[in-house]
Formats: sequence, structure tokens, C-alpha cells
Amino acid sequence: MTELGIKRFSSLVELEGMREKLLNSRSASAKSIHVCTGPGCVAKGSFKLYEIFCAAVEGAGSDVQVQAKCVGCHGFCERGPIVVIEPGGIFYQRVEEPDVAEIFRETVLGGRVVERLLYEDPNTGKKVEKANEIPFYKVQERIALSGNGLLDPTEISDYIAEGGYTALAKVLSPMTPEEVISEVELSGLRGRGGGGFPTGRKWRSCRQAEGSPKYVICNGDEGDPGAFMDRCIMEGNPHSVIEGMLIGAYAIGSEHGYIYVRNEYPLSVERLKNAVAQAKELGLVGETILGSSFSFDIRINRGGGAFVCGESTALMASLEGRPGEPRAKYVHTVESGFRGKPTNLNNVETWANIPHIINRGGKWFAGIGTEKSKGTKVFSLVGNVVNTGLVEVPMGITMRRIIDEIGGGIRDGKRFKAVQTGGPSGGCIPAEHLDARVDFEELTKLGSMMGSGGMIVMDEETCMVRVAKYFTDFLQKESCGKCTPCREGLAQMLYILDRITDGEGQVGDIERLEELGGLLEGTALCALGKTAANPVISTIRYFRDEYDAHILDGRCPAKECRGLFRYEIDPEACNGCGICLKNCPADAITGEKKVPHVINQEKCTLCGTCWEKCPFTAVLKV
Amino acid sequence: MEGDTGMKEVSLEIDGKKVTVQEDTTILEASKGVGIDIPHLCYDPRVPPIGTCRLCLVQIEGQAGLSISCNTPVAEGMRVCTENEEIAAIRKTILELILSQHRVACTSCDQEGACKLQDYAYRYQADEARFGLPERRPTERNYTTKSEAILYDPDKCILCGLCVKYCEEVPMAEALTFAGMLDEMRVSTAFGTDLPESPCVLCGGCIAVCPSGAMVDRAAIGKGREKDLIKTRTVCAYCGVGCQLDLNVNPRTNKIVRVTSEPEYIPNRGNLCVKGKFGMDFVGHPDRLTTPLIKRNGKFEQASWEEAIKLIADRLGQIKSKTGPDSIAGLSSAKCTNEDNYVFQKFVRAAVGTNNVDHCARLCHASTVAGLARAFGSGAMTNSIDEIRNAECIFVIGSNTSEAHPVIALHIKEAAARNGAKLIVADPRDIELVRFAKLHLQQQPGTDVALVNAMMSVIINENLLDKDFVKARTENFEAMAEAVKEMTPEKAEKITTVPAEKIREAARIYAKAKTASIIFSMGITQHTTGTDNVLSLANLAMLTGNVGKESAGVNPLRGQNNVQGACDLGALPNVYPGYQSVEDPQIQAKFKKAWKTNLSGKSGLTVVEMIHAIEAGSVKALYMMGENPALSDPNLNRTRKALEKVDFLVSQEVFLSESAQFADVVLPSLCFAEKDGTFTNTERRIQRVRKALSPPGEARDDWQILCDVSTAMGYAMRYENASEIMDEIASVTPIYGGISFDRIEPVGLQWPCLDKDHPGTKYLHKGEFKRGKGKFHAVRFREPAETPDKKFPFILSTGRQLYQFHTGTLTRKSRAIDQKSPTGYVELHHEDAEKYSIGEGDFVEVSTRRGKVITKASVGSRVAKGWLFMPFHFAEGPANMLTNDALDPIAKIPEFKVCAAAIKKAEPDLER
Repeated sequence: MTELGIKRFSSLVELEGMREKLLNSRSASAKSIHVCTGPGCVAKGSFKLYEIFCAAVEGAGSDVQVQAKCVGCHGFCERGPIVVIEPGGIFYQRVEEPDVAEIFRETVLGGRVVERLLYEDPNTGKKVEKANEIPFYKVQERIALSGNGLLDPTEISDYIAEGGYTALAKVLSPMTPEEVISEVELSGLRGRGGGGFPTGRKWRSCRQAEGSPKYVICNGDEGDPGAFMDRCIMEGNPHSVIEGMLIGAYAIGSEHGYIYVRNEYPLSVERLKNAVAQAKELGLVGETILGSSFSFDIRINRGGGAFVCGESTALMASLEGRPGEPRAKYVHTVESGFRGKPTNLNNVETWANIPHIINRGGKWFAGIGTEKSKGTKVFSLVGNVVNTGLVEVPMGITMRRIIDEIGGGIRDGKRFKAVQTGGPSGGCIPAEHLDARVDFEELTKLGSMMGSGGMIVMDEETCMVRVAKYFTDFLQKESCGKCTPCREGLAQMLYILDRITDGEGQVGDIERLEELGGLLEGTALCALGKTAANPVISTIRYFRDEYDAHILDGRCPAKECRGLFRYEIDPEACNGCGICLKNCPADAITGEKKVPHVINQEKCTLCGTCWEKCPFTAVLKV
Repeated sequence: MEGDTGMKEVSLEIDGKKVTVQEDTTILEASKGVGIDIPHLCYDPRVPPIGTCRLCLVQIEGQAGLSISCNTPVAEGMRVCTENEEIAAIRKTILELILSQHRVACTSCDQEGACKLQDYAYRYQADEARFGLPERRPTERNYTTKSEAILYDPDKCILCGLCVKYCEEVPMAEALTFAGMLDEMRVSTAFGTDLPESPCVLCGGCIAVCPSGAMVDRAAIGKGREKDLIKTRTVCAYCGVGCQLDLNVNPRTNKIVRVTSEPEYIPNRGNLCVKGKFGMDFVGHPDRLTTPLIKRNGKFEQASWEEAIKLIADRLGQIKSKTGPDSIAGLSSAKCTNEDNYVFQKFVRAAVGTNNVDHCARLCHASTVAGLARAFGSGAMTNSIDEIRNAECIFVIGSNTSEAHPVIALHIKEAAARNGAKLIVADPRDIELVRFAKLHLQQQPGTDVALVNAMMSVIINENLLDKDFVKARTENFEAMAEAVKEMTPEKAEKITTVPAEKIREAARIYAKAKTASIIFSMGITQHTTGTDNVLSLANLAMLTGNVGKESAGVNPLRGQNNVQGACDLGALPNVYPGYQSVEDPQIQAKFKKAWKTNLSGKSGLTVVEMIHAIEAGSVKALYMMGENPALSDPNLNRTRKALEKVDFLVSQEVFLSESAQFADVVLPSLCFAEKDGTFTNTERRIQRVRKALSPPGEARDDWQILCDVSTAMGYAMRYENASEIMDEIASVTPIYGGISFDRIEPVGLQWPCLDKDHPGTKYLHKGEFKRGKGKFHAVRFREPAETPDKKFPFILSTGRQLYQFHTGTLTRKSRAIDQKSPTGYVELHHEDAEKYSIGEGDFVEVSTRRGKVITKASVGSRVAKGWLFMPFHFAEGPANMLTNDALDPIAKIPEFKVCAAAIKKAEPDLER
């Protein structure tokens, strides 16, 4: 590395020596400006902020010990862009370009806090200085995300300085592959990609499987709409994934690794490539790692954006250069996967947990969570919740705490209706189950699933039939079309849902949906198909009355389905300002000035303009 | 048990029935074995399970949920329920979903009655309208719109994927794929290329596996549904593979509507190539001969059978009495049945009284028969086609198998691509098999002995030989070893242009394999050193102990459908049926007794010698049965002159071929589809040929015509039917001793089959060679008869291509084939093309010392620099105008594979 002129490590001692050297070279008083470059903050211009900070650092001269660095997602995306000043951890939120100079002058150089950029606790009205005092962070427990917000993902020295690759070192000396697997088994870690298969057991099967070479794959094909957990790990702490894979490869007996990343994540691809290149340069990836007899190479492959390629067999087909379609797997991929060879596939978050488990012990990890679901889980908390963002919580926490305490409750004071978990083929959980504990079994029991960690919160104005339709539409479009139930069954379900939301539902449609849903669950070829009916089945289970209202009464209770409600003007609230009348494109509104107006239902096209424009919320959906 | 793969057996219970099967059997296959028909739309035994239709779900006791039976292997003690109320309901719903996308048009569908989807819909009473009827998509062009062979109807396609999978896994053509998503999803070629321009090889497998009538034979549309057709199982009339196929004939029109085959047929497992599938248009073709023709004043006139036969008997009788029986010669036919060939040679030997009988095997495998008979004692393929798939190493030399024997190539490709066999291809051209090969040895044409000897020198030097085998089973090893010693890989590199290191690697791979099978064909045999080439290969196999065991051997692939049979039945100048020498007095006595007449004890003339004898005036009459020397023989100008010169020429033919046009009398005979009889395929399997339709006009069976002519000449021959002839064959031919029509009815039998209880022979020379000990021959490299020089700087080879067959008499009548392969061409290397300013598709003049032809240039890298290749099927630009009629001294086979040639861009006024 250029920073310290490190050459390739040829032993564990050299790695340790380097870590010490790095730590010694870093003065404790040196200031560090952490600019969040998570997707949310980047979208709000954080790269520009970083540049300006860099210019400020430059301008301050060499006698000022300060550096600016890009760091991975802090998680509190709702409040981005986020800038944290270390040491001290002063947490600035919603930072804009003009604020940079002030932060630099006041906090970095002057050691003073800029009050107006601090987060204000809505419950107490007090300004909060540090991240761990913010309610959003208080309940969280960060393992997989622990390096995010701290490390510069483009610099391996940062990772090493913070203890990176110590787990690898520990594994290479003196653990045997068996011991590594036992440690992972002891941790109780289960696959974070959705399946929840015990990771240790998977590794063991793959180690025991006959055939060579063996392959290790990291699934970075995060395709769920609204999910960005894996992306933030790949972009925020790529070396944790690489280190996890190295440990897995050592345990399994593999020399070839692949990271399959969707091409829609260009920054992930860039940062992973950069990280692998750096690790290779230091002899942490490649031949005879750290002077041992263990060799492991990693290649980065980009996926073409098909959702189904997140399914393991489809992913492997795609890696092989064939159409990304799942195959009927009687034989598990640990025995016959990529190129027909034993293959161990885990997702990004699973790999990122591994170094921590090795460093702190399987027992420590197993101490977190519930009986069958250990450790933490990262969720992307989105929807009608006050604090959207990326959260990592211990397994077993209730849904209510996530939504109310971390998420800050429902936006605009509305009422909670449902939370959808597990990605598009997850299910919707209603208010009465908000105290359910978040773990694999519990979520499945409720008709949803853990999935890879999507969590979409919906308020009372959400039509659950439309929610089901949205996800069914997504899944149908993303179905590879190979097996009959998924291809034709989903098309039929979507057709029926279309009919219902158009007000043309028929008696028997619900039963037909249930039948098709059962068919998919029982007969589809892959996990995508088997779970594809979850959105429909779970909404029927908990919100059957909404379906009935659409079908039997021609009414959309959430007033989202066009044609299944109408706009009316509340004569009490209307003061006859004429704004609605002026804006109505269909000339459907009449009324004299200062006299309550009336909507002519014959002419109304239900465009909703009056409802949007009325300053007095006098236009109602009924 | 032969072919025992060491698999364990597993017992389970399916629907209460006890079943015992091999451990890798799937539940679906095991069920099939006990007559339980689990419905399925995407399963075919020839491809790995796709598992997409989801109809074959079954309940396995103790397992949660249902399992797909096409992809779940059996397990000991497993209890399976293949159908209950729940499963039946699921199947019904799945079928209803499928029908929601399938345009139910059974009334006008060719597949009606032979449609799996229709059968299952009926069985489960699926309501086609339950999920709404599909909208008729506007007819837009798809990849088959321009194809003469195949029609694909996306409205009927149920997207099961079987055609795509078949194309990928069996012919490995990878022509088909899925395109589009959702409603737009359909089968297509890459980028929607028109089928004729795609990598499709027109095997028709997609049609065969389609369960819903979405893929059909274009030419068959409207010509008959399942119930209108009569299926007759017979043997394909093209190459020597001997594919079993069903001619689907509409008795109302007496026409073949389509050709089908079934996965359980041997040896082709229901697979066909373009010729078997789409090459049957010749059968009912209007150009077929329907009456005898007699040439008067240079013009053919229709004649009656009585007239024609009397004329032939009179003229042959006159010539025989005037210049002796040896002034008459007969060309029998590898296209005709065993029974025809037997009667033909009997006619020539007994009625005419000469051994001047030969056939086109002379032009293809005479050197094989000569070479292998010397080395092993028998000149046939040592092993069976089915064994190729399990060989550890396959050494293909001088065989463009994918084009000349496409269905055998499927076995080779399966072995290499799926079963891990190491394939070595030695061929001057970059042929399709190279794609699957571990090693390609691109030897200069005519240098095979140098190559093989070098391999043997490596094997001996590196001590990789099978000493026990050499010691116990062979003789004359030292002489051979001495002969190959000088041929080091480095020396061979200079001769063959193959890098020495590659020769070493090939030798090691071949020698180290537990089972190594040599496959060869015309690239080995059609040389003046043809017999030497074959002897070298026999040496190689014996040196490594690769003879007399399963999945090994020396395997010549025979070219014509019944070239093996024609040889077996004595259509050769030196042997009676069963390779019994005409010069052996004891054997002669046996045949004199059996045929009740005197026989000549002198070997007769071979094909090319007959032509030369006509030139010399010693042969005055030639009787041809189905042969076309005017296109197939080397140095055509010379052959045609001879045909013109011969005093009396008879042709028994189905078409007025190039050769028949020279004849004095032409007799209309039957083609294979109108005959009963037998063919013997390349793996020595005697298979039944069955009459599927009525012959055109007055055409008659070949053996009947011959009996009539013979009887008119005073030697009475009379048989009731072909079966009776086979009985006579069995009585005089030991290797056919146990053959009779009733025994070969189901799957044929492989000779030697010595008596009625003999099970036939899967592979030869087990335990002992036919001749006792296998004999090594000291063979040294000799140059071809003609080598390039200043005036003729190129080496020209000729051969076959996939779409056409032989002289094109049959294949060129098919529209589907014509679209894919309209005319001849010469292949040349792009650098040579540049040097001579020749572009792709340009007309060029290729010339040799014997003649010149105009043809089209096909520029690329299939041939190496300095070499040319021409297919010989095309009457326009006939390659045999150019070939050399120099002969192998032992086998008398001409050197079709090497001659010196020149090429230049054709003058514009020569362009047609």
C-alpha cells in the first residue's frame, strides 16, 4: 500500500506488525471527517460534500492533523447526508454544501458543535450530539454493519488497522478447517439471504462432498425492491465479505471464489474490485495466503439484473454463462452446483458476519437472538415510517420496537396498517401481530418470512389488494417463465387481481387466488415460485374484508383503487376559494365564489387534482 | 452381465407394486417400467430432466410436499403414490393453466391423436376455458417462417423447453433458445435468425419431442393425422448407422407423410439426422421409373417386362457364348437388401458363370475389409455403436462423423461432453467433433501411417503397451516394432505437420485409457495406402490391448445403409457369402452343391478394374443394380467413356441416374420403402426392412427381376418372398447361420450368429481373434500417388457433407435439404483465398491432371492452408472429374482423398 509502503505479506507476523505500525502512525488527536457515501446520502450529494471537505483539508495546511474520508452507509438515510466528526463522534445530519465550511471551521478546527445540524429527538425536543444517543441507533446492535460509518472502504489499511483480517490470521494459525466449521456451527448462524439454512451445516456438507475443485460464491444479487442491506455492506465494508469468504474457503477446501453482484450496483462492483485487488497485492487473496499453503482467488461477476438470479441455481447458471434459470435441484448445490462441482453459496451479510464470529467466538454470537435464530439481522426499513434507513437488530426483537422506537412510528400521525417483510415474496403482517418476535420461524408462521431483510411499513391509506397486486406484478415480470405454475399461475393471479382492483372482481375470485397460491407453493420449481403467492395469500389471510369490499361492494376501503371511491367536497370545510374549480381538467366542479363547490360525478375522471390542490382538505375520498 | 456398470439395485414400492431397478433410476422411469404412466410434458429419456411442467409430481411416503418424479431418484424402501385426489386435482389445474396459453385447435392440428397435451387434458377432464381462452396472437414471422422443414406455432407452444433442451443436449447444435419474457416468451433461434441460416442441423428432434403440436413437419401439414396414417417400422436407407424409423404413410394417397422414430429404438434411440427425417421425398417422386425402358436409336422407349427381360437374356446369352462368361460383369448395390445382393451375386456366379461381381464398397471400405481381415480375421466393426458412449478414450481418425454418420456422432459427443471420455480427433479439417475434442491432430492428407506409427513408437518407448495382451493374443510384434521405430514424433511432425508434442500426448491418452475405441472411415480407407492405414490402426489397437473388449476396438463406419450386408452376402469378386473364398475348392464345392451348377474358381474383377477392362475390350456387358459409377467413381471422364463404350449395359434403378442414361435397358425397381428384406448396419446388426407403401407403376423388387432374368437365361431361380431367401442365406453362410425373419423381428441380431440358438455377437474377438492370433503388420509410411507440385500446388480431398448423400440421387429431391444445401462448393483456407483473390461464394475453377470443374468457393479455416476439400454429391461441378483413380495395390480402392489440384477464380463467362 502506498500509505506505508507495505509489500506482500508473507506471514501472519508481518500482518500483525503492519497493524501495529498503522495504529502507531495514527495520532489519537488527529481529526477525521467521515462523510457517508451510502446510496441515500450519495443521492443527496455526499460525494460533492466529500470533495469540498477535502479541499478544506488541503487548504488548512499540513500542520493541521485532519483527514476527510468516505465511509459506508450510516443507516439513517432519512437524515442524510450524514457527516460524523471523529474523535468525539459528532453526528451531523442533513448536511448541505454551504454547511461544510462552518463544520470545518467550527468543529474540526475550533472543537465547537454546530447545533443546528444536530439531530433533534422528536420525543424530547432536545438536540442530540452523538449517534449512539439517537433513538434510531439506541436499539440497534451492529455486527455486520459495525464497520460502516467507520472505515474507508477504498483503503485496506483502514480495515487492517481496525482489526481486519485478524480472523483470517486466527483461522490460518492454528485452527483446522474442522474447528472453523465447528465454531460457525456453534454460533448458530443461519443464511441471511432468506433461506435461513444453518451456515455451518452447509459448509460441512460442502467440505464432505466429493469432487473438485470446490467453489465458494458470494451472492450479491440483491434484487428485492427497496432493499439495500447487502449493497451497503459491499460498498461500506467490502473487506469483511472477502475475509468471510476466505475463512469459508479455508474451511471448505476451496480455491476459487466468485462474488456475483448485480450490475445495477456499479459502486459495489467498483469497491469490491478495488478491495480484491488490494487484498491480492498484500497476499491476502491469491496463492499461498499469508505464507500458508492456503490459496484462494476471488473473481467479481456482474449479474444482468434478473431478480431470479438471486436464486442459487439460477445464479450459478448465470455464472456459467447460461440463461439465469433455476434448475430442479434434487441434488443440493453443495454437492453439485457451479459447473457441476460442490459449491457453497452464502449471501453478503452471512459472509460479513463470519470474521466477527471467528474473532469473538461462536458462543458470543449464539448469545444474541432467540433459540433458533441467532445473532442480528440487517433490515432496510422503508415505507410510511418516520425514520427510514438501514437497521441492524438482534434477532427476537419485536416488530413494534423496530417500527416505533427505531422507525419513530408512522409518518404524518397516521395509523399503522401492515408491515411487509421478506422482500417481494414475503407477506404482510397486520397490527395485531406487531408484538411478534422477529425470527425465521415466527415470521414464517405469520405467513411472511425473513427473506433477505426488506421491511416495508404501510399506513392506513394503503390498499392491501393493491399491495398484493404490486408484488405479484413484480414477481410475474421477474419469473424466469420456466415452470408452468409460476409462469401461468402468476399470470392468472395477476389477471384476477387486476380485475378486483378495477372493480370487476367476481365471487369466487378469492378462492381462485387461494387455489393458485396453493398450487404455486406446492408445485413451483424454485423458491421464487414457491413463495410468490405469499403477498396474496397473506393479505387474504389478514385483510380478507378489503378483498370482499372490492368484490362485493365495489369499494376500496383505503380509497386507492380508482373507480372504487369518489371525490366529494365537504361543504362544511369548503370556503369556495375556487382553486379546485380552476384546476379541474374535466370541468367537473361547479360553484360560486365563497360558496361551497360541488363535484359533478358524471364528469369527474377521478384524476385527484382537486384533492391534491385543495388548501383546506375539503375534498374527500368517499 | 455384459455392460454391467456396477450399479446397485434398489427395491421400492410404487402404487403398491414392488419394483426393483438400478439405483440411478428416477421414479418416473421406474414407474414406466411397471406400466404406471405418470403424466409428463417435459420429460424425454434422452435429455437430463428439465422438471418444468410439474405434472409428474408424486407423493413419497414420509416426505413433506410432493416431489417431481422425473428428477427424483429411487431409494431403497421408498413408497411412492403416483396419484391421489390431491395430485389429480393439481394436475387438472396445471393442465388448465397450460391450456390458458395453448390455442386448442385440435380440429386442424397435424398432431391430433398423437398429442400428449390432448391426452392428458382428456384424462383429467381439464377445462380449457377455466382460466380464459388465450388471445390469438397476430401471425407474425418467426424463425421458421422461411424454413421448408419445420413450422413453429407459438400459439400452440406450451414453453415446456423440451425442444430447446434436446437441441442443446442431443445434437448439441444449440440452435434453439427461449426469447422474450412474459406473453412474448417463445422458442427462437439466437437473435431470431431464420432457421436455414442458424446452426440448426435439421435433425427434427424438436418436432419429435414437442408434446403439444407446436413444432411440425412443414411438408406434412394437412397430409394426415395420427389416425389417418399407418406407421411402418423400417431401417433408414441412407448411411450405415441403420437408424430405425417409422414411415408414417397415408394409405389414401400412398405417400409418406412424415418420418418418426421412438426413443426405445436401437441403435439410434429415436434420434435421426436430416436425411432420415427430411430426405424421403424421393420415395414417391414423380421422376421414379415406372416401366422398363429400352434404348432404340439413342432414345429410351417404354417396353413391357417380357420384352425387356427377353432382350437382356438374349444379349447376355450371346455375349457369354461368344466371348465367355468373364466378359460379363455385374455391379451389385449397397443400397439394396441382403436378399437382393445374395440373389445378384448368385445370378452372376451361377447363371452367368463368372466372379466379376463387385459393388461400391470397393470405393469406400475395401481396404478395411482387406486390412482387418489380415490383422484380425474379420473385416467388420469390432464393437457396437452403443458401446461408444462408455469408452474412456475415443480416437476418431479420418471420419467426419457428425456429417457422414450423424447419429453415431451423437454417441461420441455424449461420451465426450457428458461422460468424460477423452476425444482425440485426427482430421485434416476442423470438423465439428473438434469442438468436443481434447486434442485435434490436423495431419496432412495421406500421412496417416506416419501419424499412427509415431504414436506407436511413443507407446513402445514409454512402455505404455499392454504386454500381456501382446504376448498372449498377437504375433509378429517384433517386425512391427522394428518398422515403427524410425518414426519418431519429430520425424512424423515433418511429414504430417502435427506438432510432435501433440502426437506424444495423443499416444499417452490413447494408451492409458482403460477402454479406447478407434473410429475411422473414408479418411483412412480411400488412399493408395488404404490397407496400410487400416493395418496401422489394427496395430495400434492390439499394441494397447484394445480389441476384444467392450467400448474399445477398431471401428470402421460403413457408408451405405447396407454396404456391410452387400459385402457379407458376397457381392465381392473374391468371396462367396460370409467371406468364403471363391478360390477354396472345398467352399466352391459346397456352393456348387447348394446352387446346383458349375462355378468359376477364379477371382473376378473389382469396380475400377471393370471400367479398365471395358476400355481394354475384355468386358463386353455390364449389369448394374442401383449403382451410379458415372458420378461416384474416380476420374469420371474415363468412367463415362467406358460406360459409353461397353456393348451392352443394363441398369436396374429407381431413377434414371447419370449412369442409367448410358444403359441399353433400364429396369424399374423398388426403393427401400416398398421392399421387404433386411439391411445389415455398420455394427453387424441385421435388421428388418418392411414394406410401407405400394410401388409406382410396374416397378418390381430387385431380386424378382434378377430371378426372371436368370430363369430366362436358363438358370431357374424362384423364391416366394424375401424371408425364403434369408433362409437360403442362413444355410450357406455360417456367420448368418442363425438368422431368420422371425428372430430379427424386434431389434435385429448382430453377426456372427451361428445357429438358431446363438444370441448374436456384441463385440468381436473376445478371448480369441477370428484368425486365432491377432497379427501385427510391419507398415511403413508411403507417400500418396500424387503430391502437389508447381502446376497443381494444392492437395484436394473429397468427401461427404451432412445434408446430401452420395451422388445426391435421393437427397437432392428433398426441398428441406435443398434449402440448406443447394449446390456444391470447394472449401479453401482464407489466406489462400486472399492470395488468389477469391471471395466467399465466388465461382472458381478447380483442376487436376484429369479434368476441371467450376464450383463455388467456401472460404474459411475448416481446411488448412494449401489444402482443398470438395463434397462429391453434386452432378454440377462433380468432384470425381478431378479425383485420381490410382489404386491401393491390395484392396484396389481408389485414392479419393488425395490428389494434386489447382484453383483459380473462374472467368466471368464461365459462370452459370
